[in-house]
Amino acid sequence: MTSTTGPVPASTLSLLSAGQLGPAVAGAVRKLDPRGLVRQPVILVVWVGSVFSTVLAVLDPTLFGWLIAGWLWLTVLFANLAEAVAEGRGKAQAATLRKARTTTVAHLLDGREVPAAGLQPGDTVVVVAGQVIPGDGDVVEGIASVDESAITGESAPVIRESGGDRSAVTGGTTVLSDRIVVRITSRPGETFVDRMIALVEGAARQKTPNEIALNILLSSLTVVFLLAVVTLQPLAIYSGARQDTAVLIALVVCLIPTTIGALLSAIGIAGMDRLVQRNVLAMSGRAVEAAGDVGTLLLDKTGTITLGNRQATEFLPVGGADEKELADAAQLASIADATPEGRSVVVLAKTAYGLRERSDLPGARFVAFTAQTRMSGVDLPDGRQLRKGAAAAVTGWVRAQGGTVAPEVGQVVDAIAGSGGTPLALAACDDAGARVLGVIHLKDVVKEGMRGRFDQLRRMGIRTVMITGDNERTARAIADEAGVDDVLAEATPEDKLALIRREQDGGRLVAMTGDGTNDAPAMAQADVGVAMNTGTTAAKEAGNMVDLDSNPTKLIEIVEIGKQLLITRGSLTTFSIANDLAKYFAILPAMFAGAFPTLDALNVMRLSSPQSAILSAVVFNALIIVALVPLALRGVRYTPASASAMLRRNLLVYGAGGAVLPFVGIKLIDLLVSLLPGIA
Amino acid sequence: MSAAAAGWLQVALLVAALVAVHRPLGDWMARVFTTDRHWRVEQLVYRAVSVDADSEQRWPVHLRSVLAFSVIGVLFLYLLQRVQLWLPLSNDMTAVEPGSAWNTAVSFVTNTNWQGYSGESTMGHLVQMAGLAVQNFVSAATGIAVAIAVVRGFARTRTDRLGNFWVDLTRAVTRILLPLSMIGAVVLVLGGVVQNLSSGTEVSTLAGATQFLPGGPVASQEAIKEIGTNGGGFYNANSAHPFEGPTAWVSLFQVFLLLLIPFALPRTFGRMVGDQRQGYAILGVMATLATASITLVSWFEARAGGTATQLAGAAMEGKEVRYGEPLSALFGAATTLTSTGAVNSLHDSYTPLGGGVVLLNMMLGEVAPGGVGSGLYGMLVLAVVAVFVAGLMVGRTPEYLGKRLGRREMTLASLYLLATPALVLIGTAVAIAVPAGQASLLNEGPHGLSEVLYAFTSAANNNGSAFAGLSANTPFFNVALGLAVAFGRFLPIVLVLALAGRLAAQGRTAVTAGTFPTHRPLFVGLLTAVTLVVVGLTFFPALALGPLAEGL
Repeated sequence: MTSTTGPVPASTLSLLSAGQLGPAVAGAVRKLDPRGLVRQPVILVVWVGSVFSTVLAVLDPTLFGWLIAGWLWLTVLFANLAEAVAEGRGKAQAATLRKARTTTVAHLLDGREVPAAGLQPGDTVVVVAGQVIPGDGDVVEGIASVDESAITGESAPVIRESGGDRSAVTGGTTVLSDRIVVRITSRPGETFVDRMIALVEGAARQKTPNEIALNILLSSLTVVFLLAVVTLQPLAIYSGARQDTAVLIALVVCLIPTTIGALLSAIGIAGMDRLVQRNVLAMSGRAVEAAGDVGTLLLDKTGTITLGNRQATEFLPVGGADEKELADAAQLASIADATPEGRSVVVLAKTAYGLRERSDLPGARFVAFTAQTRMSGVDLPDGRQLRKGAAAAVTGWVRAQGGTVAPEVGQVVDAIAGSGGTPLALAACDDAGARVLGVIHLKDVVKEGMRGRFDQLRRMGIRTVMITGDNERTARAIADEAGVDDVLAEATPEDKLALIRREQDGGRLVAMTGDGTNDAPAMAQADVGVAMNTGTTAAKEAGNMVDLDSNPTKLIEIVEIGKQLLITRGSLTTFSIANDLAKYFAILPAMFAGAFPTLDALNVMRLSSPQSAILSAVVFNALIIVALVPLALRGVRYTPASASAMLRRNLLVYGAGGAVLPFVGIKLIDLLVSLLPGIA
Repeated sequence: MSAAAAGWLQVALLVAALVAVHRPLGDWMARVFTTDRHWRVEQLVYRAVSVDADSEQRWPVHLRSVLAFSVIGVLFLYLLQRVQLWLPLSNDMTAVEPGSAWNTAVSFVTNTNWQGYSGESTMGHLVQMAGLAVQNFVSAATGIAVAIAVVRGFARTRTDRLGNFWVDLTRAVTRILLPLSMIGAVVLVLGGVVQNLSSGTEVSTLAGATQFLPGGPVASQEAIKEIGTNGGGFYNANSAHPFEGPTAWVSLFQVFLLLLIPFALPRTFGRMVGDQRQGYAILGVMATLATASITLVSWFEARAGGTATQLAGAAMEGKEVRYGEPLSALFGAATTLTSTGAVNSLHDSYTPLGGGVVLLNMMLGEVAPGGVGSGLYGMLVLAVVAVFVAGLMVGRTPEYLGKRLGRREMTLASLYLLATPALVLIGTAVAIAVPAGQASLLNEGPHGLSEVLYAFTSAANNNGSAFAGLSANTPFFNVALGLAVAFGRFLPIVLVLALAGRLAAQGRTAVTAGTFPTHRPLFVGLLTAVTLVVVGLTFFPALALGPLAEGL
C-alpha cells in the first residue's frame, strides 16, 4: 500500500467491478456445499428443493421440469453470489492490509533478536529510525515520530512518546526518527492488524443478535409455508387435483422468504464494510447494530463541538482608551505568544482593525507566560510595558505599578465570563502611568454546521450531551450556542461513568468517543465506545470501535451507518414477505384451475398457461435477488428523520411496493416465458 | 323496514353499546387486577385452597398453576359425567360414554366447548350446572388470568413476577364474570330464556301428537356461555333453540355479551401499561378486522344467487326466520371472531364464501377480538411480530412498549405463530388422507373439504363451533380433535407465558422521536396487514380448494 491511500482502495466502492465478479461467481459456486448453507436455513430449503427437482427432472425429463430445476439452482447461486460479492470487497482490503503485517526481526532490549511473530506480551523491544515496529505495544522510553500510514492511510507522521496518552504504537508502522523502547501488549496473531484483516475478511464474522432474531422468524415462516404446501397435497388429491412434486417445490420456494434469506448476510457484511470505508473498525457486528440503537451521544467539547481552541472575538476598551489603541496594544502583546489564543488576537487585530502584523520588534523584550504570574507581555524599547493575562493578575500588576483600575473592568470581565467566554485583561504602563486598556473577549468557536447536526439527531430521537472540563457557566453558554441537549461540566472520569450508567438505567444506549486511559472505564461501560487511533492501548481495548482518522465527529456517522444497516434489513424483510401475495395469485390458479375452473378468477394477472405461470413466479423469485444485491450492499436510502416519517416512507416503498411489484414482474416474465415452445 | 336496514340498525346498536361499556368495563378490569385488596369471599377461597394471595409467581410457576388447574378440571368434569346417574338432579340421564365424556371435558376446560353431544338428552342438570357451567366460568377466567400475566410482562420492568394465577383466576370469577353473568341472566330471563330445574314437560300439540319440552337452568348458563366466549349450548341447537334464543333482540343481546369482555380488554391493557393509546391501537386492529368480517359475511349471505334464495331475499337455508339473514350473519361472524362457537344458524349452510370468511375469522387465530383473554394475548404476539418485521425500518432494534425484541423473544413469538396453523394443517391433511377420516365426510368436493378444515380450525383455535355435515363423533375425530383442542389451547399459553416472563425481566427503553410508534393509525394498518399476510396467507391454498373453489 502506498502511503497516500487509505486501507480502503476507492475501487472497492463500486459494487460489481468486472475484476470482482469472476471470483465472486467462483465463490458462489463453492458455497453450493450444503454444509455452509446450514447457517442460512431459508436457502438450505431451496437447495434441498433444487436437488429434489433435479432428480425429478432426470427421472421424468420435460422442458418444464428442467427449467424449474435450473432456476431453483440459480436461486441458490444468486443467494450465494450476494454473500460472495460482499465478502469479495473485504478480501481486497485484507490483501492490502496483509502487506502491512510485519515480517521483521524484533530487537529485544536484552540484545536478543527474535522474529516479530514470536513476540509475547511483556517483551520489550528497541526500535530505531527506519525500522518497523514489530508488534502492538506502549512506548516505555523515548520519543519518536512514527509513520502510521500503513494503518490509517494518513501520511503525516505522528509523535509517540512514553507516558501520557500518546504512548500506544501499532505493529506494522514505521519509526521515522529517534529511538523508542516498546513494551509489547499483543499476543502473536492477535495484533491490531491481524484483527483488522479478520474483520474485513469476514472470517471473524458472527451473526449479530438482531440478525439471529430475524433468522429465527424467517425460519419459522419457512416452516409454516413448508407445512402449508406439504399438507396441500392430501387436500389436492382429495380434490382430484394431484400436483407434481416439482410444482409443489416451486410453490414452497416462492412462498418462503428467499429474498431476505439470500441477502441477510450480505447486508451485514456490507454494513461493516461501510464502516471500514470510513476508516472505522468495529470489533464486532454487535457494536454496529448497537450504534443504530443509540439514544444518547456523549461528545467531547473540544475538537468535536468546538474548534480546538478559544479565539479572540472582540476588544472591549475601558477607562477612555480607544478601540484601535487597544487592538494595537493587544497585537503587540501577542506577537511572541505562539498559542492559538495568542495567534487569534493578532489575527483579530488584523482583520477587524486593519493592523498589519508585525513580525519582530527590534529591542523589545518579551515576557513569557508563567503559571505564577499568569501574564505574558512585552517591554518595548520606548519603555512602554504591555501585559496581557487573567484579569486578577493584570489588575494586580497595574496596582503594583502604582496605577488605578477603572471600575468598569470588573463589570466587563464578569459580563464576558457570564456569556461563557474567557476575558483577558490588557494593561499598559508608560508615561501616562499604569492602567487597564481593555479586555479581550476569548471565545470557544462552535464548528460550523453543528447546530443543524444536533437538530437532526434530536429529530431522530438521539440526545446529545457535551462533556467538558469547563465550569458550568461556560459550558452552558457553549451548549446553548451549539444546540446540544445537555452538558456535563467539570467532568471527571467518575462523572462520565455515572452519567453513562444513569442514561442506561433510563433505557438509553450510550455512545462516546475517547482516547485517554482515564476514558477507559467509561468506554467499557458505554454501549458503543469509539476509541481514537491516536489514543492509548487501554482506551482502544475498552472501546468496541477504533476510528483510524481519530475524528470524534465521526460518531454521528457511525450512528447513521448502524441505522442504515437495520433499515436495510427491515425493508428487505418487509419487501420479501409482501411479495408472497402476488406469487399466490400466480401459482394457486395455475395448480387448481384445471380441477376447479372457477379458480381461474384468481388468475388476476391473466398469465398465459399454468406452466408459464409457475415458471414465471420462480424466475421472478430468483431474479429479484440479483436485482436487490446492489441495494443490499449499498444500503437503502437513509435520510435522518423521525421514526414515524421513516416508517411511513419505508412501508410505502418496501411494503406496498413489495406487494405490487411482483404482479408486474411476473406478468412481464410470463410474456417472455410464454414464447417458449412447450410452455405456453 | 327492509332486512338490510334492520341489519345496519342492529350493527349500529351493537357498536354503540360496546363503545358505551368498553371504557368502564376495561377500567374496572384493570382495577381488579392491580389492586391489592382482597374481598372477604375471595379470602375464604384462598384459605380453602391454601394459597398465599399476597405472593406472586414467576412464569414457570404461573404456567404450572394453569396446567395443574386445567388437568384437575378435566379429570373432575370427566368423572362427573361418568357418575351422573348416581347423583341428584340427573334427570334420569345415564353415564356419558367415555369417548364423548373425555372430548367434552377437554373441550370445556379449554374454553372450546365443542359439543359432540346433544345437551338435552345427554347431560343432567347437575352436570350442566356443577360441571359445564363451572368450567364456563373458570376456563374463561383462566384465559383472562393468562392475558393479564402477559400484560404484566409488558407493564413491568426488571422483575421475574407475573402476578398470582390463583388470585387472578378468583378475581376474574368473583369480580367480573359472576356479576356480569347475573345481570346477563336476568336480562335473558326477561327476554324469554327458560330458567328452571324442571326435568321437562310433555305437551299435546294441536295436531294431537305429544311433544317433550326439555326445561333446565338455561338462562344462567346462557349468560356465561356468551360472556366467557364459551359457546357450549344447553341444548344441541345452541342459540338457535327457541328456549336459548327466543327472539331476535335476545340473540342480538347475546352477540353483545360475547363481544363484551374481548373488546374491553384492550382498554385494560392500555391502562395497565400506562398508555391508553396503545390499547386503542390494539382495539383499532380488532375493530377493523371485525367490521370487515361482519360486512363480508352479511354481504355474501345477502347476495347469494339461486331462485329459492332470491325469493327468500337472502341465503336463508339453515337460518332462523325470527333472526333473519343480517342477525344470523352478525352472530356467525361474531362467534368465530371470538372463540365462542355458539351458533344461532347453521354455518354449513352459509354460502361458500360467507362460510369461508367465518372460517378465516378463526384461522387468523381468533384475535379480532378473540376469546376472553386469549384474543388479547394472541393479538399482542402478532403485534410483537409486526413490530419486529417493520420496526427495523426505523433503524433501531425493534421494541414494543419499550421491550426489546431479541432472539429469545422472537423464538417464542415465532413458535406461537407456528403452533396453531401447524395443528390445523396437519390435522386436516391427515383427516382427509386416511380412511377413518374420509368415512365421516357426508359431503363431497370442496364443501366436504371445508367441513374437515372447519373442524380442525375450530378445534385448534378453541372455537367449538361446527360446520356440521361431518360425523365428528367417531373415535378418530374424538381423538384427533381432542388433541387439536388441548394443544391448541396450551401450546400457545406455554409460549406466551414464557414470553411474558422474558419481557418482565427486561428494563424499558426510553421513548424518543426515534422510537417506532405503535399507537398511530399507521401501526393499526400495519398490524392488520401482518395479521392477514403472515397468518392468513398460510391458509390460502387450503381455502382455495374449499370455499373459494366452491364459491367463486
